[in-house]
Amino acid sequence: MTATSSDFALEVAGLNKAFGGLKVTQQVSLAVKPGERRLIIGPNGAGKTTLFNQISGDMRPNSGRIRLFGQDVTSLAPHRRAHLGLSRTYQIITLFAGDTLEHNVTLGLLGLLRSRWQMWRPLSSYRDLATEARRTLDSVGLSHLADHPVSELAYGEKRRLELAMALSQKPRVLLLDEPLAGLSDSERATVKALIASISKDVTVVMIEHDMDTALDLAETVTLLNYGRVIVDGERDTVIADERTREVYLGA
Amino acid sequence: MRWITGSLLAAAVALLPFFAGDFYINLASQIFIAAIFALSLNLLVGFGGMTSLGHASYLGVAAYLCALFTSRYGFGHGAAALLSILGTVAMAAFFGVIALRATGLGFLMITLALSQVLWGLAYRMSNVTNGDNGLAGLTRPAPFGISLESAVSFYWFALIVAVVAFVMMTIFVSSSFGSSLKGVRDQPRRMAALGFNPWMIRWITFIYAGFWGGIAGLLYVYYNKYIHPTSLSTTSSAEALLGVIAGGSGTLGGPAVGAALVLLLKNYASAYVERWNMLLGLVFLFIVLVMPTGIVPGLHKLTARLRRRSS
Repeated sequence: MTATSSDFALEVAGLNKAFGGLKVTQQVSLAVKPGERRLIIGPNGAGKTTLFNQISGDMRPNSGRIRLFGQDVTSLAPHRRAHLGLSRTYQIITLFAGDTLEHNVTLGLLGLLRSRWQMWRPLSSYRDLATEARRTLDSVGLSHLADHPVSELAYGEKRRLELAMALSQKPRVLLLDEPLAGLSDSERATVKALIASISKDVTVVMIEHDMDTALDLAETVTLLNYGRVIVDGERDTVIADERTREVYLGA
Repeated sequence: MRWITGSLLAAAVALLPFFAGDFYINLASQIFIAAIFALSLNLLVGFGGMTSLGHASYLGVAAYLCALFTSRYGFGHGAAALLSILGTVAMAAFFGVIALRATGLGFLMITLALSQVLWGLAYRMSNVTNGDNGLAGLTRPAPFGISLESAVSFYWFALIVAVVAFVMMTIFVSSSFGSSLKGVRDQPRRMAALGFNPWMIRWITFIYAGFWGGIAGLLYVYYNKYIHPTSLSTTSSAEALLGVIAGGSGTLGGPAVGAALVLLLKNYASAYVERWNMLLGLVFLFIVLVMPTGIVPGLHKLTARLRRRSS
């Protein structure tokens, strides 16, 4: 099958990244179709988060290309990629701890609006933004805490807020970096249901260690090890693959 | 509580010229100037997380430009003020491009180095700046034909400018842009991922802070009718930074309180103690130990605790 590149929501081609002598990304190529649910797995240090950081623009690859809906974004700054519909969450929770939940989500909404440059009207007077922020908080079940500062939240709630900030931007491609990390069983089920409920208009690429939960959410799986793509394909094919077992069970 | 403090302060400021002698009125005018300067630095330090040790550049350059335009090139005060501010803002835009290549300590060192260059120029380019002798014999403007020569008239002038500056900077930090600025201070990576341009946000703030630093410089040179290279020195930058931190960086009123404290110590203590710098250091040490977030947030916490105990 020959596909033109715009058939893919996200395309990574021949990506390389090294920190000194340590090669963390080696000839990584993957292509994700619009609406696809892609799971990226691999042992610690396999280069999963580094790959995300290159896709989101926090890091520049040494070589290779990254395309969003056919557009080459390899040399674009992170904020430019956000405006093209890319959104992400962080493995290490990255929130505005002193501010309220509403303010956190409002920043997410503001980031894509022209009014982010406006310098005279108080942000608090944008009632429509506040309403929208509360609606998003409601969708992750946190609207009752909207006026509380983030520092008062439990860990699991912070994870959901991470998700809410990304979702508020109505992304076309959503990168989730270990959205289930450190959650209790019940929280895990909540967040899992949340991710499952994301509209199919959104392409979701997810890094996750918890295979039991994450595999249910995935349609396709990419296995990374030592910065290389080991196996890539339909979920069941990848699970059944001999090399997956080798990487995970050790051979 | 805040309301009471506010109205007491307003009453004191409005009544001062009717009670106090020229010495105190002049002292108050100086406080207003120092407060504008500290507030402008607070935009960088408190709200932007960019600790600058070269903010005196903007005060000094605006003051020197204004002095040169009026005394040497025969410009009127209006045109001179406008040109000085334009020049200062342009310089801030240029310095911002250089300094914002770095953050944190790197940023601090670059701002320090740039201000040292200007200080050196002011000393050495004596054919322009008159070097160590400074530029003397300057005049105060007369806006709308009102002379500012008397202590009282200058007091009102400085007060009006200070109030406008305070209001403008308060509006700035509470706007959408101000929220973006605070966001970039706290989580630059996240802000970029959300679609904000951290560099541009910092740069615009840098220029805006330079603008108000320049306004403070104009008032400074009007007040003193004299300008000397020391106003461009690191000491001058450091005193302002001290005021910001002592008063409470990232708060709206804190830097004004801190600037007033530094100025009062400087004027009062220097009359009695020769080593007033040491006293300033001790006071600063006390503030850092007892109220690490600054006087204004510290007092807030204290009154909240007292109220809880009494109820």
